[in-house]
Amino acid sequence: MPLPTAPRALSLRARIIAVAASIAVLTTVAVVYTVSAARHAEPSGTASAFGLDHGRLYFRSTGAGSGRVARLTARPGAAGSSGNRTTGGPACERFYAAADTGLCLQRRPGIPPRSYAVVLDRRLHEKRRIALTGIPNRARVSASGRMLSWTMFATGDSYATTAFSTRTSILDTRTGYLIKNMEEIPLTLGGRRYHSPDVNYWGVTFARDDNRFYATVSTKGKTYLVEGDMRKWAARTLRENAECPSLSPDNTRLAFKKRVREGAADPWRLYVLDLRTLREHPLAETRSVDDQAAWLDDRTLAYALPGHGGRRSDVWTVPANGSGNPSLRIPDASSPAFVP
Amino acid sequence: MYLATTDAAATATKVTRGRVGGTVLALGAVSLVTDISSEMVTAVLPLYFVLQLGLSPLQFGFLDGLYNGVTALVRLLGGHAADRGGRHKLVAGAGYALSALSRLGLLLAGGSTAGIGASLAADRIGKGVRTAPRDALISLSAPPDALGRAFGVHRAMDTTGALLGPLAAFALLWATADAYDAVFVVSFCVGVVGVLLLVAFVPGRDAGAPGRDAGAAVRPRAPAARQPRVRLLAPFRAPAFRRIFAAAALLGAATIGDAFLYLLLQRRLEFAVSWFPLLPLGAAAVYLLLAVPAGRLGDRIGRRVPFLFGHAALLGGYVLLAVTDSGPVLLVGVLLSLGVFYAATDGVLMALAGPVLPAAGRASGMALLQTGQALCRLLAAAGFGAAWTVWGARPALIVAVAALAVALAAAAALLPGHDRKDR
Repeated sequence: MPLPTAPRALSLRARIIAVAASIAVLTTVAVVYTVSAARHAEPSGTASAFGLDHGRLYFRSTGAGSGRVARLTARPGAAGSSGNRTTGGPACERFYAAADTGLCLQRRPGIPPRSYAVVLDRRLHEKRRIALTGIPNRARVSASGRMLSWTMFATGDSYATTAFSTRTSILDTRTGYLIKNMEEIPLTLGGRRYHSPDVNYWGVTFARDDNRFYATVSTKGKTYLVEGDMRKWAARTLRENAECPSLSPDNTRLAFKKRVREGAADPWRLYVLDLRTLREHPLAETRSVDDQAAWLDDRTLAYALPGHGGRRSDVWTVPANGSGNPSLRIPDASSPAFVP
Repeated sequence: MYLATTDAAATATKVTRGRVGGTVLALGAVSLVTDISSEMVTAVLPLYFVLQLGLSPLQFGFLDGLYNGVTALVRLLGGHAADRGGRHKLVAGAGYALSALSRLGLLLAGGSTAGIGASLAADRIGKGVRTAPRDALISLSAPPDALGRAFGVHRAMDTTGALLGPLAAFALLWATADAYDAVFVVSFCVGVVGVLLLVAFVPGRDAGAPGRDAGAAVRPRAPAARQPRVRLLAPFRAPAFRRIFAAAALLGAATIGDAFLYLLLQRRLEFAVSWFPLLPLGAAAVYLLLAVPAGRLGDRIGRRVPFLFGHAALLGGYVLLAVTDSGPVLLVGVLLSLGVFYAATDGVLMALAGPVLPAAGRASGMALLQTGQALCRLLAAAGFGAAWTVWGARPALIVAVAALAVALAAAAALLPGHDRKDR
C-alpha cells in the first residue's frame, strides 16, 4: 500500500494542489461515465403499440426494445413460430396477462425509488396504478382476468439487514378490493392454526373459479405449498418444499420449483405435482430455475433462465410430463405469458 | 468529588473557546466522503441484485451473519496492527483503500456470485480494519478534556456522508435510468478522494513537532517498537476499561436493533410506503444535529451522563412503541429517540474509553470495545427476533423495556461517577 508515512515532506499548499488536481480528474471520470450511461438510458412508459390478442405469446424483451413487453409476430404453430418479435409494449420489470387483463410491475428510479403495479386493459392501456414499496418479483393473472396477484421483495424487514422478505398482494379487479399484504391470512400448518411474525408469502396462482389459489409460504427457514380460499380468507399447507406454484390450464397439476440443493449455488429444479394423487415428477430441465413457470398449454411449460453469450435472460420451454428436452424458445426474453 | 467538579467547570470554559484540531476535521472529511461512497452502494445493492442480476434475494440473507462475524474479527486485528509501531494511519488507509477498490470489484464481477461475495467481503474487511485505528487517531489528536467534542464533530461529519450517499445514488439512478455501473464508478471515485484526503491531510507517525495542532501530534508516548509486544486482551488489565466494557456490553445486549424498530413502526403506521426507506434518514438527521452538543456536554459534566441518557432515550422509544398506537406520536418519538441515542452514545463511548487506555494500546482497546458491543447487539437482535416469534410483538417489547431498564441501572452503577479521576 503506497501510503507515504511522512506527508510533511510536501508543504500544505503543495498537498492541497495535488489533492485538488486529483479530485478534478476523478470528477471528470465520474461525470463522463455518468453522462455516457445516461445516453444509453432506455425509454420508459406504459404506452403500447399493440394489445392483448388470442393465441399470442407475450414476454418482456431484454434485447431489442429492452425492458418493454413484446410478443412473437407469428402465432405458435405457424411457420417460423420462433421468429421475429414485435416490440413496443409497456415498460415493465415483470409482466403477465390472461384474457383481457395485463399486469405490469414497474419500478421508477428517483428519491425515493417507487414501484407500481399497473393493471392494463386489453389494449394494454393503463387502467389502474397501485404504488408499492420493494422490488418487483412475481406477477400472475387468473385465467378469467379477474384476480391479480404480485410479489415484491422488501428490504429492512428483518434484523439481519441484508436479508429480504416478500410482500404479496392480491387484487380483485371486479370489486376493486386490494389486499396489500396477504401475510395476515389465517394459516393452518400441518393441521394446526399457525402464528409467526416471520411468515412470508410469494408466487400466487389462481384456479379457474377465481376463489381457490395456491402459493408459497416460508417460515422458520422452510417453505410450504399452501392452498388458499379467497371467500373464506384462509390458507392451509399441502406439503413442504415447493415454491412459486403455477396451476395448469386444466387445473389438475401444479408446476413448482423445488429446492434440491442447500446453499446458494443452483438450488432449484422444476417439478410438476398431480393434485389428485399428490405425486410429483421432475421435468427434463436440469438447470436451476428461479422463476414462476407459465403454462403455454396443458402440455408445455415456459420459464426464464439466465442468458448466454451476453444475453441477460432467455425463455425456454419443456414438456410438462417429464419427457423430452428443454428447448430455447425466445432469446433475450423473460416473463413469458401465453394468452389463449 | 468537589474538586473534580470545579476542575470540570474550569476546563469547560477553555473547551468552549478552543477549536477542533485539524486532524479531527481531516478525519471527519475522510469519513464524510467515504460514507457517501459506501452508502451509495449499500442503498442500491438490493435493487442491483434482484433487478439487474436476477439473483434470488433470499439466497443472500445467510451471508450477512457470516460477514458480521468476519468484521468483528478483522476489527480486532486492525486495532492490534495499528498499535504495533503506531501505524494508525497506514492501517486505516489500507482499510479505506480496500473498500474503495471493492467497488471496482462489483463492477467487474458482473453476475458472478463468487465475485460479488468477494467484493462485499473486501468492503466489510476494509470497514472493520479502519474503524479502531481511526477512532484511536481522533482520540490521540485531541486534548483529553475535549475528546467528546472531537468525536461529536467526527460523527456529525460521518453521518452527513451517510445521509448524502443514498440521495446521491438514487439521483444517479434516476438520471441514468438505472445504470448501476455508473453508481459503482462514481462510488469508486468518491472513495478514492477519501483515501487521498487521508494521505494528504492526516498526520502520520512522525508528523510534526509535539505541541503543534493543540497537542495533536499522533504519537504514542514511547515508540511502541521498544515496548513489550501489545497483547490482544491487554486493555482488560485496566479496571476502568473493564467497567466501561462491561457497561457497554450489558447495554448492547439489551438493544433490540434499529431494523426491528422500523419494522414495528411500519406495522403501526399506514402512510405512503414508498417513503418508508427514508425513515432511517430522519433518525440520522437528529443524530447529525445532536452529535456535537452531546459530545460537548460530555466534556463538561462527565461522559457517563450523555452515554446513560442516550440509552434512557432509547428506552423511552421502546416504551412509546409498547404503550401507544398514535401514528404521528410514534413516528416523531421513535425517530427522535433513535437519533438522540446515537448522538449521545456512539462517539461519547469512544471519548469515555479513550483516556483510560494507554496511547500505545488505544486502537486495540477501542477495537475490543466496539467488537464486544457489536456482538452483544447481534445476540440481542437474535434474542428479540426469537421472543417476537414466540410471544408476539408487544410482550417481546415489554421484555426489551425491562431488560434495557435493568442494564441501564447496572451500567449507572458500573461507570465511575466522574471519568476524569483516572487521568
